[in-house]
Amino acid sequence: MSYEDVNQNRRRFLVAATSVVGGAGVVGLAYPYLSTWAPSARAQAAGAPVEFDVSQVEPGQLIVVEWRGKPVWVTHRTPEMLDMLPENRPRLVDPDSEVETQQPAYAQNETRSRKPEYSVLIGICTHLGCSPSYRPEIAPSDLGENWKGGYFCACHGSRFDLAGRVWRNVPAPTNLVVPVHMYVSDTLLVVGEDEEGVAL
Amino acid sequence: MRGLLEWVDARYPLTKTWNEHLAQYYAPKNFNFWYYFGSLAVLVLAIQIVSGIFLTMFYKPDANLAFASVEYIMRDVEWGWLVRYMHTTGASAFFIVVYLHMFRALLYGSYKKPRELIWVIGVAIYLVLMAEAFAGYMLPWGQMSYWGAQVIVNLFNTIPFIGGELVTWIRGDFLISDATLNRFFALHVAALPLVLIMLVFAHIVALHAVGSNNPDGVEIKKFTGDDGIPLDGIPFHPYYTVKDMIGFGVFLILFFAVVFFAPDMGGYFIEKSNFIQADPMVTPDLIHPVWYFGTFYTILRVIPDPFLGVLLMFGAVLILFFLPWLDRNPINSIRYRSAIHKLNLVTFGITFVILGWLGMKAVEPFYAELGLRFTTIYCAFFFVLWFHSKPRSFAFSWGSFLVLAAGYTYWDFLRVEAGADPTMTMTWWLLPTAYLAICLLGPLYTSFNEEKPVPARVTS
Amino acid sequence: MKKLLTCAFVIAFAVPGGAALAAGPSVPVDDANINLEDTTSLQRGAEYFFQYCIGCHSLEHARYNRIGQDLGLTEEQVAEKFVHTRDAAGDPTGVGQLIEIAMRPDDAEEWFAQPAPDLTLTARHRGPDWIYTVLRNFYLDDSRPLGVNNATFEAMGMPHALWELQGWQKNVGEDGHIELELVEEGKMSTEEYDEVVRDITAFMTYVAEPIRMEREAMGMYVIGFLILFTILAYLLKKEYWRDVH
Repeated sequence: MSYEDVNQNRRRFLVAATSVVGGAGVVGLAYPYLSTWAPSARAQAAGAPVEFDVSQVEPGQLIVVEWRGKPVWVTHRTPEMLDMLPENRPRLVDPDSEVETQQPAYAQNETRSRKPEYSVLIGICTHLGCSPSYRPEIAPSDLGENWKGGYFCACHGSRFDLAGRVWRNVPAPTNLVVPVHMYVSDTLLVVGEDEEGVAL
Repeated sequence: MRGLLEWVDARYPLTKTWNEHLAQYYAPKNFNFWYYFGSLAVLVLAIQIVSGIFLTMFYKPDANLAFASVEYIMRDVEWGWLVRYMHTTGASAFFIVVYLHMFRALLYGSYKKPRELIWVIGVAIYLVLMAEAFAGYMLPWGQMSYWGAQVIVNLFNTIPFIGGELVTWIRGDFLISDATLNRFFALHVAALPLVLIMLVFAHIVALHAVGSNNPDGVEIKKFTGDDGIPLDGIPFHPYYTVKDMIGFGVFLILFFAVVFFAPDMGGYFIEKSNFIQADPMVTPDLIHPVWYFGTFYTILRVIPDPFLGVLLMFGAVLILFFLPWLDRNPINSIRYRSAIHKLNLVTFGITFVILGWLGMKAVEPFYAELGLRFTTIYCAFFFVLWFHSKPRSFAFSWGSFLVLAAGYTYWDFLRVEAGADPTMTMTWWLLPTAYLAICLLGPLYTSFNEEKPVPARVTS
Repeated sequence: MKKLLTCAFVIAFAVPGGAALAAGPSVPVDDANINLEDTTSLQRGAEYFFQYCIGCHSLEHARYNRIGQDLGLTEEQVAEKFVHTRDAAGDPTGVGQLIEIAMRPDDAEEWFAQPAPDLTLTARHRGPDWIYTVLRNFYLDDSRPLGVNNATFEAMGMPHALWELQGWQKNVGEDGHIELELVEEGKMSTEEYDEVVRDITAFMTYVAEPIRMEREAMGMYVIGFLILFTILAYLLKKEYWRDVH
């Protein structure tokens, strides 16, 4: 073996080029392999948008619809309930729904809904994932006189108003999530799909 | 960087391992085409392990769900088809590479002293690989999976006295069923791969302890420079690492050509009958194992007595273990061995392929006849290999020729008595006879047995 | 145990059948001559399939919406044209679901002696040519329970679902040799009918492996990339091996 006449530049270039192309190949192969972990066609079919006729929800009533294995609350709020919503403002962390991840743009309003009377929320506490309970009564003894109706999470005591907005000084950091949804007719609600397409 | 390396080296032989196995592992500089297949086998092993792990994430080892879960992978799982096709193609590629790797050992005498253990471990790898492939072939739970498993598991049935109970124990049921599928799944994804990897590790450790053979079959360690480095050796890294990259490239072009353009490979890599779910009530028209078992399947079918057939088949595999002690000729490489030895090896390669092809065929008298003749050659090969270990006397040459020929001629006689076609029998009788005459008597009467002088150092 | 043993070896040694590799057809088949890139042919084939075949045959590994995506149909079109079953709640089956049949297996067994096989993978098992040939080779045969036989698949337990289109053929061959002749005209000419069968065959071939066209298109890029890698590796090897004399 002899090392005279070794063109180190050419050698370095070829090592780099082969490594880059080989590395690109490994990455290119890793992509499909890691993609297999994405929800399959079966999971997507099971997680397809859910239709629900909201006219069956009586005023003041909450009906749970299942979507992608999660409870979705459809609550029919009475005019009195809606009137009381602004009264909660001083006690809320994010009364104007400014945290964008918690609702689509069309639900970033005072009632956090597309139709004021119907609230559509994912019924999972933003703290640690318990499902809060629906407490529409006003000032019950266990929740205190400031309670104007809302959702109470028994796990760690988080409180939300009837628009799913979280109270100050409770463990939950953000408002309840409003899922992607739309009304395809006056009363037919579709959860999991809106004008922009199916939820990711 | 340097500091970190020193820290690690003080606690783990990282640099030492790197040097011993790559940067300062001196391999002969004259490796040729045949020497790609070792590193390719490692590449295929890696492909199989990775694609297999991903398949395991979606496959269901349950007789009711297995077949549908494979189609689920093929259709519903994103890119699942690519993972599965890589695994099915990889299975066949593994055997192609391993067969060529083993034939390389035959060509250059790589199993001879001091490399007997490398060879023995290698044959063990081959055996585990066959078990692994067989267990894996069952998992798609198609008709070929089911009936192939049925036939092969039933081979154990031929063992006298304990056969029946042994088979029931292997199946865990009175037929191939969910219980069988479940245990074969465990063997395929956990037990056998573990054994395989440990054996491959031992194979490489043994190789690096004694050093690689080469196409000249001469020992490079005999001629070292003042620094103790073999004069004909070059460091494995970077010279053979970059060379193996070419092998990887060419191999992957062929591999992915199959994956993307012909994953079924005309029914050889994925068999057509396996597109129907296993049905214990309906047997497909033609059952045969996958192509890589074809050779041994033909050997099994040659003997009408089931137990003897099974013994012969296992014998045909297990005799490979004894190769280092059968071939005692001091010359390693085919380059310096006699023309008759070359003919013997080429004949063996062709015989192996023809037997494999016959294993895919339905049994017809002509194919059965061919199967018998080539099986005879397969078995005789090992005798001839031993016979060529040293010059043999006139009496011994004629003696062995006559004894062997008399053996199968008597068998032919019995077959014709029992109704075999005499013309076909006599015609094909010539085949093993010609083979034996050339290999055993040729050295007496021709100059084709002359061996060439072996150079001291590698030639190119 | 002896029985099983015998069975295994009967299977192993005495199985007759053609020299064809797997359980392929031993009867000659006609060339289906399908074109999987012809989306309109696939669409027509799908429509015929969902009109004439789906009553008995499921495609239980395929999903409605995947067919829609691959054949260029919207989900509404798929729901309207193809979905023919209802879910447990009585609503039309979702387009994301697998394609099953409405017929209960018990009924199928009673009507046709055995449930009709699932057809998702038939094109990979039998091959397109076989499907194309079988669907054109039904003929009247009083000796069969359903009054029909098939020249390619003898004693097939399937009625001729497309008889309205093809009409009826009769066996005019002699001495066990089968030769078919049209004795009652259907709605279509022979050429038109062959075209329909070709469309159905193309659809079944597509559905047996939906990824096929995509995988073949992708393969060229992968191979091209690997050739580039191999060339670089070759140059790299040559460069390093200049050291070795």
